[in-house]
Amino acid sequence: MKASGAVPDKMLWQDVPIIQRGQLDKLDCVIDKYAGESRYLIPALKEAQEIFGYLPEEVQRRLARGFGIPASRVYGVVTFYSFFSMTPRGRHTVRLCLGTACYVKGSKDVLASIVNGTGADVGQTSRDGRFTVEAVRCLGACGLAPVMLVDGCVQAGVTPRDAMRKLDVYQ
Amino acid sequence: MDPIGTLQGPDQPGRQSYMSAMPVNKMQLRLCPGTLCVARGSRDIKAALEQELTRRNLRDRVQVLMADCSGLCSSGPIMEALPERVLYSRLTPQHVPLIVEEHVAKGRIVDELVVKNGQPAIPVPLMKDTDFYSRQRLIVLRNRGLIDAESIDEYIAFDGYAALAKALQEMTPQSVVETVKSSGLRGRGGAGFRTGVKWEACRQSDRFPKYIICNGDEGDPGAFMDRAVMEGDPHSVLEGMAIAGYAVGAERGSIYVRAEYPLAIERLEKAISDARNYGLLGKDILDSGFDFDIEIYPGAGAFVCGEETALIQSLQGLRGAPRHRPPFPVQSGLFGCPTVINNVETFANINPIILNGADWFAAIGTKDSKGTKVFALTGAVNNVGLVEVPMGTSLGSLIFDIGGGIRNKRRFKAVQIGGPSGGCIPSGLEHLVIDYESLRGAGAMMGSGGVVVMDQTTCMVDTARFFTTFLMEESCGKCTSCREGLKVMHDKLTDIVEGRGTEGDVQFLEGLARHVGTISSCGLGKTAPNPVLSTIRYFRDEYDAHIHEKHCPALSCVDLIDFRVIEDKCAKCGLCHKRCPSDAIVWKKKEVAWIDRDKCIKCRMCIKSCRFDAIR
Repeated sequence: MKASGAVPDKMLWQDVPIIQRGQLDKLDCVIDKYAGESRYLIPALKEAQEIFGYLPEEVQRRLARGFGIPASRVYGVVTFYSFFSMTPRGRHTVRLCLGTACYVKGSKDVLASIVNGTGADVGQTSRDGRFTVEAVRCLGACGLAPVMLVDGCVQAGVTPRDAMRKLDVYQ
Repeated sequence: MDPIGTLQGPDQPGRQSYMSAMPVNKMQLRLCPGTLCVARGSRDIKAALEQELTRRNLRDRVQVLMADCSGLCSSGPIMEALPERVLYSRLTPQHVPLIVEEHVAKGRIVDELVVKNGQPAIPVPLMKDTDFYSRQRLIVLRNRGLIDAESIDEYIAFDGYAALAKALQEMTPQSVVETVKSSGLRGRGGAGFRTGVKWEACRQSDRFPKYIICNGDEGDPGAFMDRAVMEGDPHSVLEGMAIAGYAVGAERGSIYVRAEYPLAIERLEKAISDARNYGLLGKDILDSGFDFDIEIYPGAGAFVCGEETALIQSLQGLRGAPRHRPPFPVQSGLFGCPTVINNVETFANINPIILNGADWFAAIGTKDSKGTKVFALTGAVNNVGLVEVPMGTSLGSLIFDIGGGIRNKRRFKAVQIGGPSGGCIPSGLEHLVIDYESLRGAGAMMGSGGVVVMDQTTCMVDTARFFTTFLMEESCGKCTSCREGLKVMHDKLTDIVEGRGTEGDVQFLEGLARHVGTISSCGLGKTAPNPVLSTIRYFRDEYDAHIHEKHCPALSCVDLIDFRVIEDKCAKCGLCHKRCPSDAIVWKKKEVAWIDRDKCIKCRMCIKSCRFDAIR
């Protein structure tokens, strides 16, 4: 019973229609804006990720055609930079800082507690599609260490104990 | 006595005149707009202040604004009250009525809310008297707490763009280069190459176009100097770049800002558009016939892009893989053209150098390292924040005088300086002075200026593993030595911290680290062994304890901790029981605590909360 319940759960967020028509028009606007100048590939990818939430292969191919460059080069850039993602995202993104100051103040333990609580490993999305957990490089907010960013909102001085409680409000 | 004049020293003429030009009866309450203070609610305090002032009909006497970050981040939210420059710390909206009643209405300083010095803590009302500020010398952060970062008018009022005007109208490009060269300014990004020499090399090239790049890809964990400058004083960066453009003959500049700093990007964009509107960027600046314009290029998250050749690749929309030097960027940089690439802090130094002259700058600092350096002081110190000290200041002074010593009455153990490629300097070397050469001699490096202080609860082997993991993940993968060598080092360190270390591991690590450092091509790989080598050099005993005794002296490596209560030491207070997130600690009043291993998730909360060192 339990096992069969878990499978459709997982299917749910993976089977979301990947690309909608309106989104593609927006993508074409981005390509037009940079007029195919390939030095602006990184800003274009960023805007594309804002539209789709992530960068599936179809989007990369379309950008490659628009910029007149091989798809392999786009793929190379997407996989090189940590900002870009090729997998769908959860409804909320939890970013835990693992910079030196946060690390010294115990963010490693906080991360373990989050991974434990959400069931999503670093870089993955939880099964219910609620959270994507990321370990990020220094956010430069070292005075608040350990720092957690939930959907861009800063949570300061997080402890292993209250980390999951702070996530409770994000459904 | 004018507090502004005494705080800043006589270096910056023109400040007092601006301050006295402000209406004298107007009091200013300046809240910090920095990321940290905003996260702790400085916007709520501003709203509460405005409401309270309106309620008491004091609104026209007091101006409330979000001004510049004052750098004392650990005591935020910070509020500075002008004209006296009284510094209030750790405010909440509940404090607002008290401040309005006492400070605003009656003109009395609220002692319990001001910053405190020393042990026992003595309230220090005036900003210039606090330990944190009194030992600093501000050149790069000269406008800190004085101007609104988003106002070009305030920047101009504080000598902003005066250096650009002086360069364009009174100096030849050659004399600008000469001034920067004889000032002795060295690159603040880490390696410490002489800025003037770099500019001269680019100036002498007869190939056009030339480019200026500002490296704002501040990737070192624990460093936020460049973020503070870009957010707090964006025009100083633009002005420095424009002067560099004039000196070398470039007409275009790019600022590469890391993606994690959205506020910096926003402020820089506004600054660029304001400067264009004022004719300080664009065509024919100040009727001199000199054209210069700047664009922002946000990064996408790759540490290696802080390396100059990798950054140039990234600016061209490619993977940020470094390449061999020579040719250096001044010979062949962006699109193969001569390019000057300098750090944010380097550009922020240019305005005072041009205005006050090379001799003034060269008089500050040590023999080979001139001027000041901004450090992001973080970790286990009381005053976490941004500090600027003259070169030649001792590490001890930085940590104990300015930083206010170690938090929670713990012992100072080591300081990690220079980011992931830097090294750990142990206690006992506090007398070491800060300049490029002495830090390198001690196995660390200046780096971009992150200073992370560690106390006895930090395990040095785990710290070495942390940095090696970071560098392994950020390696671009081009050189085998860096790609594979760091992976092997990381696995070996993981074995040690997880209790699988064997005899000979340390020798193996040392040998491999030397190879990685020698063979790798770029700065990342060359300096990647520093964390391992410096911790082995100074903390060999900790490696030995992990390997031979299977014990972590700092009680940080969970696999080497028994999670057992030592009955003799347990004070039966029950604090561990209360703090445990998984209810693994069994405790009754007046009884020794006991840990249920099946429930324990090894979060170390009990060890951190125990004041009697009773859990091992």
